[in-house]
Amino acid sequence: MTQLDSAFAALADPTRRAILARLATGEATVQDLARPFPISQPAISRHLKVLEDAGLIETRIDGTSRPRRLKPDAVEELWDWLGQYRALWEARYARLDDVLADLQKDDTP
Amino acid sequence: MTAPVQLTLDGDTRIIVTRSFTAPPALVFRAHIEPALIRRWMIGPDGWTMPICDCDPRPGGSFRFGWTNGTDTSFHATGEYLEVTPERIIHIERMFLPDPTPDNHVDTRFAADGTGTRMTMVMTLPSPEARAAVIASGMPDGLEDSYARLETILAKA
Repeated sequence: MTQLDSAFAALADPTRRAILARLATGEATVQDLARPFPISQPAISRHLKVLEDAGLIETRIDGTSRPRRLKPDAVEELWDWLGQYRALWEARYARLDDVLADLQKDDTP
Repeated sequence: MTAPVQLTLDGDTRIIVTRSFTAPPALVFRAHIEPALIRRWMIGPDGWTMPICDCDPRPGGSFRFGWTNGTDTSFHATGEYLEVTPERIIHIERMFLPDPTPDNHVDTRFAADGTGTRMTMVMTLPSPEARAAVIASGMPDGLEDSYARLETILAKA
């Protein structure tokens, strides 16, 4: 697999995207990253290995701690995390505007 | 007048979404509790539909929403209503991606603003990690764009 293929594969999983979104707010340990997910720490570690092999994150060595962080060049430009979420709501509310316009038409005799 | 949605991260665990509508609060409220209306707008980008939209909008009532893009049918959400009045809906929700995200406490207010509505939705998550998971949930549909951007970035590397 090329680096591009492995990055695509890494991003195709919702748990790995959530891990990347968490790391976009700052580095975190495996324990921190595992907390919100109903899966085991080894399973999270496997996801982290996929992300690291894809060149999307890296491990920092800090004494006995091994926090993970985004590789800035690979990811920060890649995804405007908040922008994607805002776009989801903007698309929904644009549709809601249409629904409301129909309701207002129905209300007008 | 309608204006672009505003999205703010408040503290470590809250997401605040505000949006104005030209319609009055009573209609915006209806569009949040009637399944026939909800399924017309609470969907992702083009290509997604909401075949499952069941809700019992009263305190203690529950809801179940399910989305599909034709092939993937696993994306759904469940929750319970805590308070339902024309001015305010408070509910708890969790999304299944398909793994469940932690409970999201959502407080939505519909305030009169001239002849229209100012809507404010405050989501409170149990942890910064849970908030990140919710934000990441907005992404399945944006993947194609992101892949295209990734290709550009890696081509430069």
